[in-house]
Amino acid sequence: MIQANLKVYRYDPQKDQEPHYDTYQVDGLPDFSTVLDALIKVREDIDGTLTMRCSCRSAVCGSCAFRVNGHAKLGCKTALSKLAPNGEEVCVEPMGNMKVVKDLVTDMEMFWDKIQQVKPWIETEGEPPDREYQVPHSKMVELQQPMNCVMCGACVSDCTVLEETSKFLAPAALAKAYRVVGDPRHAKSHEWLTELSEEGGIWDCTRCVECVQVCPKNVAPMDQIIKLRELAIDAGLTDNVGAKHVLHFTESVAHTGVLDERTLPIKAAGIGWAFRNAGIAIKATLKGKIKPLLPGTHPSVTEVQDVRRIHEELEVKKGTE
Amino acid sequence: MIEHDVLVIGGGLAGMSAALHARQAGADVAMMSKVYPTRSHSAAAQGGINAALGIADSWEVHAYETVKGSDFLGDQDAIEILCSEGIQDIFTLEHHGVIFDRDDEGRIHMRGFGGTDKSRTCHVGDMTGQTILHVMYEQLLRMDVKSYDEWFVTTLLMDDGACCGAVAMEIVSGKLEVFKAKSVILCTGGCGRVYEPSTNGLIVTGDGLALAYRVGALIMDMEMVQYHPTTLPANGFLITEGARGEGAYLLNADGDRFMQNERYGATTLLEKASRDIVSRAETIEIQEGRGVDGCVLLDCRHIKDRILEAFHQIYELAQDYANVDITQEPLPIRPGMHYIMGGIKTDVDGRCYRQNGDGVEALPGLYAAGEVACVSAHGANRLGGNSLLDCVAFGRRAGAHAAEYAKSINPPNVSDQAVEIEEQKIIDIFARSTDLRAPALRLEMGEIMHQYTGVFRDEAGLLEAQRQIREVRNRYNEISVHDKGRVFNTDLLAVLELDYMLDCAETIIVSALARRESRGAHTRTDYPERDDENWIKHVVVYQTPDGPKIDYLPVTITQWQPEARKY
Ligand SMILES: Cc1cc2nc3c(=O)[nH]c(=O)nc-3n(C[C@H](O)[C@H](O)[C@H](O)COP(=O)(O)OP(=O)(O)OC[C@H]3O[C@@H](n4cnc5c(N)ncnc54)[C@H](O)[C@@H]3O)c2cc1C
Ligand code: SF4
Ligand code: SF4
Repeated sequence: MIQANLKVYRYDPQKDQEPHYDTYQVDGLPDFSTVLDALIKVREDIDGTLTMRCSCRSAVCGSCAFRVNGHAKLGCKTALSKLAPNGEEVCVEPMGNMKVVKDLVTDMEMFWDKIQQVKPWIETEGEPPDREYQVPHSKMVELQQPMNCVMCGACVSDCTVLEETSKFLAPAALAKAYRVVGDPRHAKSHEWLTELSEEGGIWDCTRCVECVQVCPKNVAPMDQIIKLRELAIDAGLTDNVGAKHVLHFTESVAHTGVLDERTLPIKAAGIGWAFRNAGIAIKATLKGKIKPLLPGTHPSVTEVQDVRRIHEELEVKKGTE
Repeated sequence: MIEHDVLVIGGGLAGMSAALHARQAGADVAMMSKVYPTRSHSAAAQGGINAALGIADSWEVHAYETVKGSDFLGDQDAIEILCSEGIQDIFTLEHHGVIFDRDDEGRIHMRGFGGTDKSRTCHVGDMTGQTILHVMYEQLLRMDVKSYDEWFVTTLLMDDGACCGAVAMEIVSGKLEVFKAKSVILCTGGCGRVYEPSTNGLIVTGDGLALAYRVGALIMDMEMVQYHPTTLPANGFLITEGARGEGAYLLNADGDRFMQNERYGATTLLEKASRDIVSRAETIEIQEGRGVDGCVLLDCRHIKDRILEAFHQIYELAQDYANVDITQEPLPIRPGMHYIMGGIKTDVDGRCYRQNGDGVEALPGLYAAGEVACVSAHGANRLGGNSLLDCVAFGRRAGAHAAEYAKSINPPNVSDQAVEIEEQKIIDIFARSTDLRAPALRLEMGEIMHQYTGVFRDEAGLLEAQRQIREVRNRYNEISVHDKGRVFNTDLLAVLELDYMLDCAETIIVSALARRESRGAHTRTDYPERDDENWIKHVVVYQTPDGPKIDYLPVTITQWQPEARKY
């Protein structure tokens, strides 16, 4: 048996001016209990006004994403024994980047709107066959990763770009977009990729890796975004800020063996764009994702030759595929 | 007041299928769900969906095995439709984008499941339900079907004997609204939470079944409650039958593969026999002292490569909730409540029925599909993988029929007054202040149902269950809530859901009392034999002012006469 000590964000728009926190001690939980189990026990036995979404308790319905100790997680997939083995306090708050409806319930309209915006369905060419489309198993397995998304919103909650611009389609919808564009049955990839290359699309991600870290289903949204970028470049959709950025990236790595992320935005889009995005850069810097622009902090690579060689080999390999 | 031609209540697989096809038939259709549709419990289905796509298989064999699985209680006209039309349904799902696992030729791969030695269960790893649900949702977005998400239906509306809409609460605001519709399709899923424990999610509370019961619809086969052979003791979570389909063993405390024992009548299919048989065998092993802490063992060690390749979810579940690495050691599991074969009686077009004198008649405007319905394709025992198919196929038929029906009738008469009655119910609940709350009472109900209406039943136990559930029903009216606001009040929803669940419990008990034989999932220790002479018929129950009434309907037999059931 274990004990949970919860500090829970509370806000009832019908009576509270400001949110506050309540603490609960929950005893007698079985060893394998999760944060969600503890919250359910609070709701059932202690305080019925505590409000959250939950259903399956086994990480397939995607209802119970909260911020647990500052990071978005599925409550039902967060074991107390790992998080707070000695009954340490666990702080539970609603997801970020969304309005709070009440307590741990957020308004997810924005999330679903973004899903709708990427046109998350496949469109095939001509009449379908009598039976199934014959497609390689490996391709279907590859699509399982984005398809694994349970639409919980955790990645959207913690996406650093979305904090700056609400236009960004955000990780979940973009992962979903790869599920469509990467599907061999889909006949309109060029059209989809063109739209995805617009402002707010695949090129606005700063590759901060936050979504990869918080996603409870191993969807790795950023990886799906990168795959979309590759497809976009392959499709010749290079006349936009993001693609130029990557082309410069390739050039930079090939030349010096290092990627100078500090000058990248400026080269790709000019100084104005870099200033507009300064907020994101600062946040990313604080989270340790980009090295700060200070003398002496530039990483030194001694084996520039090696990097060039690898780059060339990769280019050759890509050409032969 | 909000108006649509067709109102689909439920956004799981059945509801989505119904909404899509009503839309394709040209109706103004809306789908409503108490959670975002992708959160419906269909997402939890791991194992797969059946269809005889292989050359070594045929829909007739699938149908025969479904009839046999149903212990000859399934209606064979419905089963023929399920198994024959279901093939095209799978291809349609594939065309819509379901990423089914493939064989070497790029065709849909099928795995083995219970009740057959054929491989006919199409799957997406072990996330089949989730994938199909999400892909159908993609299609709904593509077709721009109106969806009322996080709306909770509190009652159906009737006009001149026909169903003409519903009252629903927008959960986020607590506002009640009348929905007027020419036809209503109930797709609200099962009622797993009537039992404790159960493999079902917290939202699976039998709402639609109770809604239909209250407007006089016939409820059929409710004694047929499926216990799944492999659930985790910690929390009732399911370990998919696919594991046994791939060859996993069941062992008792002595390390014996007990399914080899003659007494269980499954010496050929062994662990892959149908669920009623395996769950009964496990229960007997445990009761006779050959269990391990109330469980038997699922041994996957010899198929560890397959597990690591295609069963990520169950690998993780066992790791997280039993602390067992199933590729290294056997996993303790036990039978757990999983599925209800019974439900709202429908015909093959999804139409609901009611009693009329000595006969039955259609209940105009009301349809049902999916787990809430009973066509009856599963009879006394459902084969694994047939439920998702049932949702897709009969959801489609109900959607199409309800759309046509809606075109043929004039707009019904509906008044906004219905809201006031529902409003009053809520005011009454808010006005009470006692120490009794819904979760505690639900737990009591769940444990009563598990104890007396589980794998084995007898008359004394069932009467005791009836007495105790009536007592719970009486105390229901004393329940109070902590949360008295209107915004996202889950405390209130728990009370309303318990009301629905108690109706479900009542129908299960009276139906189980009525059937004095043992068939499929219904095992009466006081009537241990199957009795084909008297009991090839459905038990139906309907509500009257004097309480539930029982009646019987014939079983439709097309080509397969009852025979002894051995696996
Ligand atoms: C763990 C698990 C694994 C399973 N695996 C398989 C499998 O591998 N193969 C197989 O064939 N079957 C499987 N089944 C069974 C199958 O998943 C279900 O029978 C099926 O998905 C039910 O679908 P449905 O559309 O009828 O209901 P659900 O998917 O449960 O949807 C019900 C819908 O109704 C809505 N609703 C309910 N009440 C209200 C209300 N009052 N107001 C508004 N909306 C409401 C809900 O929000 C939801 O959208 C499994 C079941 C479980 C529990
Ligand atoms: S990697 Fe991109 S999409 Fe993911 S959180 Fe960071 S900015 Fe957002
Ligand atoms: S990508 Fe992962 S974190 Fe984001 S919504 Fe999907 S499951 Fe949740």
